[in-house]
Amino acid sequence: MKALLARVGVVRAVAFFGVLVIVPLVTGQIGWLTNALIFTIMYAALASSWNLVGGYAGYPSLGHAAFFGLGAYSMAIVFNGSVYGGYLPFVMLPLVAIGAALISLPIGWVAMRTRADVFAIVTITVLFIAQTLAFNFNTVTGGAQGKSVAPAPFDVSTYNWPFYYAMLTLLAIAMGISLYFRRSKIGLSLATVRADEEKAHGVGVRVTAVKLIAFAVSCGIVAMVGGVWAYYVGFVYPQFAVDPLITIGMVLMTFLGGRGTLWGPVLGAFILVPAQEFFAFTFGASQLYLFAYAAVFLVIMLFLPRGILPSISDRLRKKRAAANGILRDASDAASAVSAQPAAHQTGVTR
Amino acid sequence: MSDVLLSVDHFTKRFGGVTAVNDCSFSVESGSITALIGPNGSGKTTLFNMITGYLKADSGSITFNGETITRPRPADLYRKGLSRTFQQARIFPELTVIENLVVAAGYSWKGLFGKRVSLDDEVRAQKMLHEFRLESLAQLPSGELSYGQRKLLEFAAVLMSEPSLVLLDEPTAGVNPVMIDTMERHIRERNAAGVTFLIVEHDMQLVMRLCNPVVVLDQGSPIAFGAPATIQTDPLVLEAYLGS
Repeated sequence: MKALLARVGVVRAVAFFGVLVIVPLVTGQIGWLTNALIFTIMYAALASSWNLVGGYAGYPSLGHAAFFGLGAYSMAIVFNGSVYGGYLPFVMLPLVAIGAALISLPIGWVAMRTRADVFAIVTITVLFIAQTLAFNFNTVTGGAQGKSVAPAPFDVSTYNWPFYYAMLTLLAIAMGISLYFRRSKIGLSLATVRADEEKAHGVGVRVTAVKLIAFAVSCGIVAMVGGVWAYYVGFVYPQFAVDPLITIGMVLMTFLGGRGTLWGPVLGAFILVPAQEFFAFTFGASQLYLFAYAAVFLVIMLFLPRGILPSISDRLRKKRAAANGILRDASDAASAVSAQPAAHQTGVTR
Repeated sequence: MSDVLLSVDHFTKRFGGVTAVNDCSFSVESGSITALIGPNGSGKTTLFNMITGYLKADSGSITFNGETITRPRPADLYRKGLSRTFQQARIFPELTVIENLVVAAGYSWKGLFGKRVSLDDEVRAQKMLHEFRLESLAQLPSGELSYGQRKLLEFAAVLMSEPSLVLLDEPTAGVNPVMIDTMERHIRERNAAGVTFLIVEHDMQLVMRLCNPVVVLDQGSPIAFGAPATIQTDPLVLEAYLGS
C-alpha cells in the first residue's frame, strides 16, 4: 500500500510537469492561452514560495510583493539598455535571488519578532515602504514613469516560450524546496514553530534560525519570479510591480488550496488565476471581477475552511477510519510517512 | 551527593503592584526529587517560568551546574540539560508521537538540513517509546492522544535530550489514578538513573511519598524547607494552607 502511495506522488509530479512541458509544443503559440498559462504558473510559484513562510512557519507575510518588485526592478535596472542575446537575464536570476534573500534577512529578523496579525501588519508596511521608494527614488526606479526592460530578440512565433519555461522552472524549484522542507528537520522545526513557538523554544528548537531560513528562501524565489515577470511584460511601474494584489493573490491561493501542503498553493493558483482572467474578461475593464474573485474564495472557505486539500484529506481519513473501525489505520497511511524514511508519500499525498 | 545542581538566588518578579515572587532563594540538590508546593497563587508557576527563562526576572539569577545565568533563555537551558514540562501538557498536535520525540532530541546545525526522521532518530525514539509503553501509538498524530497520554508524551519528549534536571509542572493534575501511578514510576526510574527533579504538585500524598526535600512557597517566598515529615508539622506551613 505504502509503495503504491509513494509512486502515486511521483506519478502525479511527473504527469503535472510533463503536461505543462508539452502543452506549448502541442498547441503552438496561442496568445491568450500561453499568456494565461504563464500567469497561472507564475502565481503557482509565488504561492508555493509564500507557503514556506505563511504555511509551514505559520507567519502570514503580506510583504512578499516588495520582493517581487525588488526582483522586477533589478531586471529593469540592469537590462534597461540591452538584454545581451536574450538569455542573460534568465542566467542572472540566481544572483537576484541571493540579493533578495540577503536583504530579506534583517527585515525578517525584525518582523518575525512579532506574530500573527501584528506580523501581517509589520510586513504590509514593508510593502508600502517599498512602493513609496519605487515611486520616489526617481534616479534608480524612474519614479511613476516606470522603467523598461529592453525587448528580447526572440522569434515572434515562439516569443513566449523562454518566459513560459523560465516560470515553469521556478515553479519546479519552489515545489522542490517545499518538498525538501517537509522531509528535512527544517520542516519538522517549522511545524513546531507554527503549532506552539513558546514550547518549541522549550525543547531547544532553533526557532529564529529556521524562521529566517524559510523567510529568506521564500523571498529569494519570489524575487526571481518578479524578475522573469518584468522581463516578460517589459515595463515596470511601481503600482504593478509592488502591488498589494500580488501579495493578496499569493495568500488567497495558498489558503484556498491548503496552507502547509505541497500541492495546495499550486491548486489554488490553477483555480483562482483562470477564474480571475475569466471574470476580468466577462466584466470588462471594470474592477467588478474583484467581487467575483472574492466570492469564489468565500464560497470555498465556507465549505472547506482549512483549504481544499486538507479538508478533502480529512474527510477521506474519517471515511476510511469509519470503514476500518479503527482510527489508527487511517492515520497510518496519511502520516506514517515521515517516520518511515523509505516512504515518499509525505509531501505528495497531503 | 550533596552537590547543588540548581540554585535560585534572590528572584523577584512584580506584576504591576503585585509581587508574585519576592526575593526567593532555594537550591536543588543533584540526584534529589525536590517538591515545590504552596497554596494557590503562591508563585510556583511564576517561579518555574522565571527559572526556565519564559519570564524575565526583575532581579535575581540562577546557577545551574556551576554556571550563573542572569538572563536564562529556554532553548539555551534546554541544551544545557535543564528541561521542563507545562501544566497543560504542551505537545505539537500535528506531529506524530514519534516526531514529537525526535524534535525534542536536539540536533546539530548539519542535522537541521538532514532527514526529518533519520534511522538514528528512530532508534533513539523507539527506546523512549518502549520505556513509556507508547510504541503502538508511534505513528499517530499526537493530537489524537488522551490527556494523560499527552502528559506522558511531553514528559518522554523532554527526556530525549538526556537532561540532568527536569522541572515538572503538576505532572499528575487532571489524569486518572492509574496514570498517576505510571507517572510516579517513570519519575522514580529516571531518578534512579541519575536525573534530578523539581516538581510542582498539588497531590500531597504523592509529594509525601515521592519527594524529598520539600520547599514550601507562600506569597512568593519560601517559608519552609525540609523532609516531608517535618514540613507536615511546621506551624508556618499549616498557617499558610489553613489560615491562622
